[in-house]
Amino acid sequence: MHVSAELAADPAVETAPFIKLRGVAKTFSRDGVEFKALSDASFDVRAGEFVCLVGPSGCGKSTLLRILAGLLKADAGSTVSIGGPTAPFTPGRDVGIAFQQPLLLKWRRVLENVLLPAEILGLPRRASIERARDLLDLVGLSQAERKYPYELSGGMQQRVAIARALVHDPKLVLMDEPFGALDALTRERMNVELLRIWEKSGKTIVLVTHGIGEAVFLGQRVVVLTAGPARMAADIPIELPANRTLELKTGEAFGAYSRQIYNLLGMS
Amino acid sequence: MQRKTLRVAGIALLAHLLAVLAWHLTVEIGQLPAFILPSPMATLATLGNSRYDWWTNTAVTAIEVFGGFLIATLLGLALALLFTWSRLGIALLMPLLITFNMIPKVALGPLVIVWMSYGIVTNIVIAFSIAFFPILLTTLRGLRETEPELLELVGALNATRWQVFTRIQLPGALPYLFSGMKVGSILAVAGAIVGEFIGSEAGLGYLMLQVQVRLDTAAMMMAVLLISAIGIVLYGLVAALEALVVVRDARIG
Repeated sequence: MHVSAELAADPAVETAPFIKLRGVAKTFSRDGVEFKALSDASFDVRAGEFVCLVGPSGCGKSTLLRILAGLLKADAGSTVSIGGPTAPFTPGRDVGIAFQQPLLLKWRRVLENVLLPAEILGLPRRASIERARDLLDLVGLSQAERKYPYELSGGMQQRVAIARALVHDPKLVLMDEPFGALDALTRERMNVELLRIWEKSGKTIVLVTHGIGEAVFLGQRVVVLTAGPARMAADIPIELPANRTLELKTGEAFGAYSRQIYNLLGMS
Repeated sequence: MQRKTLRVAGIALLAHLLAVLAWHLTVEIGQLPAFILPSPMATLATLGNSRYDWWTNTAVTAIEVFGGFLIATLLGLALALLFTWSRLGIALLMPLLITFNMIPKVALGPLVIVWMSYGIVTNIVIAFSIAFFPILLTTLRGLRETEPELLELVGALNATRWQVFTRIQLPGALPYLFSGMKVGSILAVAGAIVGEFIGSEAGLGYLMLQVQVRLDTAAMMMAVLLISAIGIVLYGLVAALEALVVVRDARIG
């Protein structure tokens, strides 16, 4: 007790980032030809923060996400540190991922789909089912647990995928264009939903997107990556109100952030 | 849903009855001689001819078809699994299998008879060899069809190969396995009959050659109908098993 009180009181610990990236680079070599997918990405993510990575195709954002997931190893000289004294992190355990495609198992009902990560980690089944039900409730699909994926719309399938990314209570949730395959209106609705889910779950989320508007709307911070060569261009704190609604997108501040990012990407 | 199924089944039955009726009318109106095209009734009546030993001959052919098909399924599935597990296995055996697949299995018939003499076992082997490849190749494809991102998703949780296999790859490959089994079930019938044509002393194919000499066309027609019935039963069993095991949307073909 004494130690933890001391830890909490120590300002250095309190502000220690959950994710710390310094000079993160990734080079692929194919048939002897080297190809730099990412260079010099340096930024921090606090525990419980929602950070968006935005940039064009080939800017290395998906590569960075895979490095965070532990699926790729960054080049030598890169510093990738996840977890801290107040937020311990176990690689291979504390990661939840959602991709552009829901990637649900067609032969499993919704509940069984959500349970997949818990099964793989060998978590106690009864507690996992309870948690999966809570999460389905959170994503608004409590009525659908006995349904098969083909009985759901694209947006509903993606909600299931989000519940699945959370079922094992990971510390870090990684999303790669999670709404990229949805129609524009569903996508906006899902953005609002995701913010609500994030606020309720308190997870650290790193989300990759092409959509500048989406990044500004969702992120507490937006990390801008540019392509050719792939590098990090900026790390922008988004100071918009906490309870974000779609109305925000029509406002002055939102436009200013978007303009700033368009400029960074050389698109204006 | 139930009513719709019944209606579809009713229409299918009607279509078949109409086809039989058309057959009957063709014979009646066309005044065709019985050795060219016997009427449906005359065809059915040959079942009463005990000299043809319908029951035994049908049983022999059915054993050949089912036996060959079963071995093809088991071996096809087993090899497909082996190939997904072992890179060396696939590198070594796959080119050979592809070449073997090019051989018209029917052409192997006389050779198999030389090696094994004729009989039920020989015909099982021929039925097996022709039904085997589609089952192997489709299952193999299904096992490899897993989305790479799904593998990443579980890979980030350090999923073991066995977990990936039992939870993702194998259930994902089942629709492909069944698709291959459906093709294989039809081919197995063809294989067994070819075997009986080349050399045998029992079975519906054997019977067809016997009655052909006597120009008993009705009995030949009956034999064809029974051969088809064997194929339909086998196909139906495969489809029924698929309906039990595979979720509707995951089915292919």
